[in-house]
Amino acid sequence: MEGEAGNFKVTITKKPRYILEDKCTGCTTCVEYCPVVYPDQYNQEISKNKAVHVYFAQAIPLITYIDESCLYLKEKKCRICEAVCKNNAIDFTQEPEKKEIKVGAIILAPGFEPFDPKVREEYRYGEFQNVVTSMDFERLLCSTGPYAGEILRASDLKHPHNIAWIQCVGSRQVIEGGNSYCSAVCCTYTQKQVILTKDHDAEAKCTIFHNDVRSYGKDFERYYQRTEALPGIRFFRSYTSIVKEDPVTKNVTVRYSTPGEGVKEEEFDMVVLSIGMNPPKDVEEIAKTYGIVLNHHNFCDLDPVNPMVTNRPGVFVSGALQGPIDIPESVFSASGASSQIGELLQNRRGNLARERIYPPEKDVSQEEPKIGVFVCHCGANIGRIVDVPGTVEYCKTLPNVVYSQEQLFSCATNSAKEITDMIKEKGLNRVVVAACSPRTLEPLFRDTLREAGINQYYYEMANIREHNSWVHAKEKEEATEKAHDIIRMSVARACHLKPLQEFDLPVDKRALVVGGGIAGMTSALSIANQGHEVSLIEKDRDLGGIARRIHTTLEGLDVQAYLRDLTQKIYKHPLIHVYTDATITEAKGYVGNFVTTVKSDRGTTEIKHGAAVLAIGADLYTPTEYLYGQDDRVMTHLELEERIVTGDEKVASAQAIVMIQCVGCRNEDRNYCSRICCSESIKNALLLKEKNPAADVYILFRDIRTYGFKEDSYREAAGKDVRFIRYEPEDPPVVEPGKAEDGRSVLKVTATDYILGKKLELDADIIALAAAVVPSAATKEIANLFKVTLSLDGFFKEAHVKLRPVEFATDGVYLCGLAHYPKFMQETINQAYGAAGRVLTLLSNDIVVASGSVCEIDEKRCMGCGACVEVCSYGALDLYDTKQGKKATINPVLCKGDGLCNAKCPTGAISLRHYTDEELIAEVDAMVREEDIIGQIDAAAGK
Amino acid sequence: MCSGRVDPEFIIRAFSKGIDGVFIGACHLGECNYVTHGNFHTLNMVLLYRRILEHIGLNPERLRIRFMSGAEANVFVESVNDFVKKVKELGPLGKAEGMDQDTLHAKLAEVARLVPYFKIAKREKLATRLEGHEDYGKYEEVFTKEEVDQLFKEVVSYYIDPEKCQACMTCARRCPVEAIISAKGQVHIVDQEKCIKCGTCFEVCPPKFRAVTKIVGEAVPPPLPEGQRAVVRKGKEKEVA
Repeated sequence: MEGEAGNFKVTITKKPRYILEDKCTGCTTCVEYCPVVYPDQYNQEISKNKAVHVYFAQAIPLITYIDESCLYLKEKKCRICEAVCKNNAIDFTQEPEKKEIKVGAIILAPGFEPFDPKVREEYRYGEFQNVVTSMDFERLLCSTGPYAGEILRASDLKHPHNIAWIQCVGSRQVIEGGNSYCSAVCCTYTQKQVILTKDHDAEAKCTIFHNDVRSYGKDFERYYQRTEALPGIRFFRSYTSIVKEDPVTKNVTVRYSTPGEGVKEEEFDMVVLSIGMNPPKDVEEIAKTYGIVLNHHNFCDLDPVNPMVTNRPGVFVSGALQGPIDIPESVFSASGASSQIGELLQNRRGNLARERIYPPEKDVSQEEPKIGVFVCHCGANIGRIVDVPGTVEYCKTLPNVVYSQEQLFSCATNSAKEITDMIKEKGLNRVVVAACSPRTLEPLFRDTLREAGINQYYYEMANIREHNSWVHAKEKEEATEKAHDIIRMSVARACHLKPLQEFDLPVDKRALVVGGGIAGMTSALSIANQGHEVSLIEKDRDLGGIARRIHTTLEGLDVQAYLRDLTQKIYKHPLIHVYTDATITEAKGYVGNFVTTVKSDRGTTEIKHGAAVLAIGADLYTPTEYLYGQDDRVMTHLELEERIVTGDEKVASAQAIVMIQCVGCRNEDRNYCSRICCSESIKNALLLKEKNPAADVYILFRDIRTYGFKEDSYREAAGKDVRFIRYEPEDPPVVEPGKAEDGRSVLKVTATDYILGKKLELDADIIALAAAVVPSAATKEIANLFKVTLSLDGFFKEAHVKLRPVEFATDGVYLCGLAHYPKFMQETINQAYGAAGRVLTLLSNDIVVASGSVCEIDEKRCMGCGACVEVCSYGALDLYDTKQGKKATINPVLCKGDGLCNAKCPTGAISLRHYTDEELIAEVDAMVREEDIIGQIDAAAGK
Repeated sequence: MCSGRVDPEFIIRAFSKGIDGVFIGACHLGECNYVTHGNFHTLNMVLLYRRILEHIGLNPERLRIRFMSGAEANVFVESVNDFVKKVKELGPLGKAEGMDQDTLHAKLAEVARLVPYFKIAKREKLATRLEGHEDYGKYEEVFTKEEVDQLFKEVVSYYIDPEKCQACMTCARRCPVEAIISAKGQVHIVDQEKCIKCGTCFEVCPPKFRAVTKIVGEAVPPPLPEGQRAVVRKGKEKEVA
């Protein structure tokens, strides 16, 4: 790699696939005939695959490649695949290809490498057959896995019924080969595996040997409880060792310690090692090539206020190269890095885009249906099983079919051209392609119709591959009959298809950001830096949000200096308009076209915008426990930080400080973990120890959840004599005023020490409560205004917890920061840039296209019962008053085409276009052949 | 499109066409592709219609729902094979239940006609999310046999009292399915074949007439024969008296 930001030249070597990508249709006939059987790397080498194969079921592109085990590549023999490929897609002449590409920016997203437990002999991985890693187990659980979703033991291919998981394998260990950090994801993935194991085998016994259970993610606490509540599940807080393997049964014995009964040994059918994350294998090579600096764990060295940039301008990082992180955080950073690249390359946006021009659409709605049916052989995939020529002849007998032909591969470029030509030549006004699943190719064929000047909704796909030839390989005649049935149904439906228009909605290029904290400001700045006007709404007089009360982070960032800098950038930016002391009174509109009314120090303003980011932050719980508010020596962790930093006398001179964790959350009222408080308390403890090493600092905790690299600070604190004492929720600490032995007035804290097994009494001069992060009071109101939903705990609910964590299900509205869930500043910044990235994908378009398959209402038939309105979570439906009583009305822009409302409507007034009752019933009616019905009637009549 | 789009009408239609079993494959509960969680509604619908099948003397096993993701081909295969096996065991629809074709079709036609009524009567329950849905054992309790017997027993009908109807056309205009036979000066009549029992006519009949009555679980009096439907004006009647 050479060059600089905005102008890089990258040389890449492309390994030969030995398959011509533009010719391979993914039919996998070659795989069937390939004689080489080789351990399947995707399935952790547990099962076998062929030398030519598709890497995995969801691979993109979904086509084969030939790996190094190929006989021809090794010994110049075989070439069977070449012979069986009907599309001539095999090409053994391919060589590694050097390619030079010019780019303006680079994102490094190489992921991570699962920890290899073979580096530590004591795990017995590779030695005992029934010791597997969590990656192995993940594949075993999967329906596309080595045993098609059956959990089997390697030793005897039997189902294990008694399985143990060992946590923190390769993580939280300062030993040779181990990692000192916490891998952040293993606690919860183990719970997932346990739940799935129970789904597979309701009788299974699952045992989890763990250290702290780190359920710090959104909804993870509930997930943990759900796992714990399953029958036959045991969680043991214990260190373990794998002792022996039974020579006959191959069962594995684990030794562990218990609080009551000392050291015990227990035998399991299978042991799963919950392995952590290592940096990518070739991380040093990557660092060298791209000139980036790594931290001492060999992940990317991050900028605390912008974890997506590297020391090299123009080179960005996303995903697990940032450190051990979960999927949502990876997605934040992926979208965020793209937003920053948008800033960098703003002046070149759209230079490479080309617009497609289609011929004008012919109005054929008044014509009789003239249907063309194209039956695909899919190489040998369909043709070998289904009698394709016979099926073509059958199609010609169906009502309204005026033309039918066979095609070797309907999806090949020349075949699509053939369809276009035939539409024109034969005057077809509807097309049925009988081939594969519409999932992959429907868009292509719809496009083919557009090329022929026919509305794309006049297309219908009959799946005679996945639903037929692939599952009935041994029943050729029946498969041919079934192909007839499937096509007959599609033809019946096609007769009723209507031309539908997708709407083009203009996009207002401006954005609204609600909330002027770090999240909102970061997002606003990134959007504005890409040339879009931003209105930033803040309810307080000043920008900054809760960060104004934070002084430093665990990593030592000067938060106030950063905040000053960020605020200045906001005020100086010509495209950002700040409204302070502001409240939103009304929000109307939809994606691309919102109108929001704001009352602020500028008076009442109507703001038009195409997108909105909700970054309204969160509040801190005001404790009612532990004498908070009654005794001024009891304070929250945030108040303690303030007092440490400002040099408060009482805090500086305190001999003993007790911190109590989980105040106001992980309980019935707030059934979630506030994620940041363990690290916040440790931050305060380290600050206290730095100022006064003689002070006694105690942290009373339930689980210490210093995930990722924050684990290092936990270790540092323990090393500096900060005392960590675990308590159970049913036996919480008790705080009472009292006198110390030296006669000074203190707060007496009584707690049970589970390691020593006795009551402890601590004399505290200061008590700091790790108060929960709670949803901001305004959350509900803002959610109502923008028609977005809340999760159970009252935080904003994202569109998809893993895959769409910065968007709402409501189009054009995005979220970031604490309003989504408690998180650290660095995570907030990741997410804020992420939201900006999603906003830009919308605002960089002039129009948004909404599907034509949305609901419409026949007002005459509507009885105004509201059953449809009630079930539409998108808010697309509403009731309004007419002279004829209440009637339902639809905003088609908000409709997502799920059609639930249709099935609710008693009168049939509402119908989902493209999936109308008429169309679907036509299909149902065509399911049974006429002659069969007559046959049945005859049989019934005893003829 | 969501499995929630499956209208009970489709299912009944399939059975009427001689299909022996109907299988609905839906997404895993709680893993909605949209935000509507329509599959919970589908589950409720299936559970209700299994009871309805049972009520009319058909085997409820002929209707089944299973949940799976797009990546679980094996689950789909297992579910379908198992269902096909079950339906084959059961034998042909009607015949296996000892029901002749005419009765079968009459009963299915009756259920098809009552689909809107079931939607209205069980609206709330059909739209709830079943708690503890992981437990298949719970499914049978969602709709009980007694509940569905009751549902059939209490089928509502709407009837226009020829004595009271003043032929104002309001109900006819408002009927969503044009089930009211009306003409100026002629007593209106509810076409019971077309009527979906939504009660709109009952609600909109002007209070001064109160001509529409709701009849629960009983037969509707036959309509006046054509030619005898001229409205008797209340005012005029008084004069005569």
